[in-house]
Amino acid sequence: MSKIVATALALVVTAAAGVALADISGAGATFPAPLYQKWAETYRAQTRVGLNYQAIGSGGGIKQIKAKTVDFGASDKPLKPEELKASSLVQFPTVVGGVVPVTNLPNITSDQLHLTGGVLADIYLGKIKRWNDPAIANLNKGLPLPGLPITVVHRADGSGTSFLFTTYLSMKNPQWAKQVGGSDAVEWPAGQGGKGNDGVAALVRQTPGAIGYVEFSYIQNNKMDAIDLVNRDGVLVKPEEGAFAQAAAKADWAHAPGYYILLLDQPGKGAWPITGATFILMYRQQTGPSGTEVLKFFDWAYKSGDQQAQALSYVPLPLAVKNQVRGSWKQITLNGKPVL
Amino acid sequence: MSGLLGRRARRSAANAAFIGACTLATIIAVGVLAAILVSLLHEGLGGLNAAVFTKSTPAPGSDGGLANAIVGSIMLCGVAMLIAVVVGILAGTWLAEYGRESAYAKLVRFVNDVLLSAPSILIGLFVWEIAVKPVGGFSGFAGSLALALLAAPVVTRTTEDVLKLQARQLRESGIALGTPMWITIRQILWKAASGGIVTGALLAFARISGETAPLLFTSLNNQFFSWNLTKPMASLPVVIFNYALSAYDDWRRLAWVGALLIAVAVLAINILVRALAQESRPSR
Amino acid sequence: MADIATPAGAPASVPRKTVRPRGAALDPIFGFICGAAATALLSALALVLGSLLIGGMPAFQKAGLSFFTSTSWNPVTEVYGGAGPIIGTLITSALALILALPVAFCVAVFLTEFCPRVLRRPVGIAVELLAGVPSIVYGMWGLFVFAPAFAKWVELPLMTAAPSGSIWETIVSGVPNGSGILAASIILAIMILPYIAATLRELFLTVPPKVRESAYGVGCTPLEVVWSVTLPYVSRSAVGAVMLGLGRALGETMAVTFVIGNSHRLPQGIFDSGSTIASTIANEFAEATSPEHSAALVALGLVLFLITFIVLAIARALLGTERHKG
Repeated sequence: MSKIVATALALVVTAAAGVALADISGAGATFPAPLYQKWAETYRAQTRVGLNYQAIGSGGGIKQIKAKTVDFGASDKPLKPEELKASSLVQFPTVVGGVVPVTNLPNITSDQLHLTGGVLADIYLGKIKRWNDPAIANLNKGLPLPGLPITVVHRADGSGTSFLFTTYLSMKNPQWAKQVGGSDAVEWPAGQGGKGNDGVAALVRQTPGAIGYVEFSYIQNNKMDAIDLVNRDGVLVKPEEGAFAQAAAKADWAHAPGYYILLLDQPGKGAWPITGATFILMYRQQTGPSGTEVLKFFDWAYKSGDQQAQALSYVPLPLAVKNQVRGSWKQITLNGKPVL
Repeated sequence: MSGLLGRRARRSAANAAFIGACTLATIIAVGVLAAILVSLLHEGLGGLNAAVFTKSTPAPGSDGGLANAIVGSIMLCGVAMLIAVVVGILAGTWLAEYGRESAYAKLVRFVNDVLLSAPSILIGLFVWEIAVKPVGGFSGFAGSLALALLAAPVVTRTTEDVLKLQARQLRESGIALGTPMWITIRQILWKAASGGIVTGALLAFARISGETAPLLFTSLNNQFFSWNLTKPMASLPVVIFNYALSAYDDWRRLAWVGALLIAVAVLAINILVRALAQESRPSR
Repeated sequence: MADIATPAGAPASVPRKTVRPRGAALDPIFGFICGAAATALLSALALVLGSLLIGGMPAFQKAGLSFFTSTSWNPVTEVYGGAGPIIGTLITSALALILALPVAFCVAVFLTEFCPRVLRRPVGIAVELLAGVPSIVYGMWGLFVFAPAFAKWVELPLMTAAPSGSIWETIVSGVPNGSGILAASIILAIMILPYIAATLRELFLTVPPKVRESAYGVGCTPLEVVWSVTLPYVSRSAVGAVMLGLGRALGETMAVTFVIGNSHRLPQGIFDSGSTIASTIANEFAEATSPEHSAALVALGLVLFLITFIVLAIARALLGTERHKG
């Protein structure tokens, strides 16, 4: 009995002692999680500072930073300037990515199917029920569309990816905007929900006649068939890093308070219509040293993290935007002095 | 006469059909288990190597393993079991020896059963409210607390069951010798029931070792290796949860490896439990 | 503790000495510690229920009865009706029980009556091992292995064979990709099977051999012995054990959320999508930033707790007096 007690005490003491590194914690969006974790791994090897980022969802990131249980939150859905002011948070973007509709149709491969935002919304509204519907056929002359019923697949969990997708549909289809709206969780009029991007990918892959939407990195890894979209300039665009970068390039970051910009439906010949940046949320007034560490990390990421970002199919911000963001960091203070 | 033969034939046929059904049912049950194990082995065995036990969870494309998750799970479950065993044995003893059939004891028993079947995600949310939000951070201790809340009822239930099965003579012998109750309980009853109590503890451990939902909002997860229970801590179930639904092949492979490890651990515990139970129970 | 009184018949003038066992002073303390542990469990549940009530009350107040009747779950307009998840929970758990019970019963009978002695232990372990597989593995296996097979061998044939326009077409309507109410119920059935089977086997083993042998002695077939003798003997406890399995099915999260299709509408057919309370909470809680959304999810949690409560109360009432017989 005493042996057990002794072991237990030893365990607890060891546990509490811990490894005293400067550990910072962040939580939030699933979309940038692989990249933040990759950066964190490299950063730790260089500086011994461990940044632990966990993907619990954009809403989770917002909730946890508001509850002050993490040093920073991450969200695909930017908070509006009023919300930022109300919660005394600072927001800045890190990387850009794209959301891509995917499909599973016999005899049709990636990028062969073309749609517009309006038709996409009608499909998701359940108004268009079969693949050989004239609305789709008109956009895809010459493509052998089957008479299969359309199985709509959406996200079951709340998600920044859904936020981008549904907001885009709201912009392109007034009925969608009125009936459903754009948010990270909505009342989907039709279809099945898959858990996570992978759940959606699995359901689409397993269902002939399905349509879904996933983050860009899931396309290559899961060998999915992407759907090309017609963008704001009327050009048919293929989803790829160049298209996302073009959408981000034209955005007016300098004049957006809190960097609240939705990169949806941006002008530009090669711009992908469903692009989005992902954001970091921190408190304006810090209460400890963690704020400095977080900013040092992102400063390092801006300087040296681009290659790793591109390797994982993320699009880094233009240099001008990065410098702007660095300038805006001056508003993050500890005891009245900027932390960086 | 022919009517009797007809009835017997019918009864035999019904019996034969019944035996067939029972055999089929068992084959189905064992078959499903085999299918799951085959999937686990097929997907997980390929990724099993030394790195799994020595390296921490990697970023996609990097080399890594599950070392931090394995150690984290053991620590989280270890602390949880410590709390659960202490509370569970004491509570079970109270129910068997002190409370017995009183109204209060009946209430405690019922409450214990409710906690036993409580949806684990609600326990996780509750612990978030009381141990994460007010403290201002995720921690391994919060995760352990959530797991303990799930394990303690199991230990309580089995302890009470096992103590009640002990012959009255054991208690009476203690009283007859003039020992105080607490020594009787400790030296005689607990010793006699030790096999069953350990069984209960092992069952509780098997239950919480695979739980994901209560850890999601309490111990969160940790990318790096850590012994520190006051900070977020990695655990196998959460890592599996995150990796299984990712886009990266190496992550998905690690998820299956993790699942295989948990299944193997539970199997080992199961066999251990059976062996211990056989030892302490008189042979049938 | 007992006084060691003077023996009967001794003269009254012999001084009485009350002897207490050594260490008896600690008895009340020990009893108190044990009682404290028991009370700790009680308070834990009270606290959990209390926090659920506090968290979920705003949702009940806002929606009123429509929380239980409306299927409109809309986080954008902040209108939450939980009928979809609630009914989905009840349907999947009931279906899981209907599927698992006969199989579990047959397995338990097999293990006690027909199984060759040498196979008894391994098969018993195999059945119990099903209980040890973590639920997330069931989810992964369900989505990546079971669902495609289920779609190919069950859903597609049934859906194509159903005559158009008939009631059958509605019953087997849905998406033929292996996700849906029936698929989730089957996975749940597999998960609760070991609990029911193992408990039933333990109960069957408590039947005194004499009772069974007397039935065999008058010429009953094994089917008749089980049906007319063993089962009635343990029937009350058996129903209670079944209810405990049901309790587990109600709270299962991970396995269900992978294969149920996650749609808050009421399912129209057995292959249609649905949702359960546990899967809805697991899917949406992390992202739910608005207070109304969180409150609605917590309120759903409270409803789940209440359903579990009721199931267990019934199980208690049936199981309570049957334990430790003989």
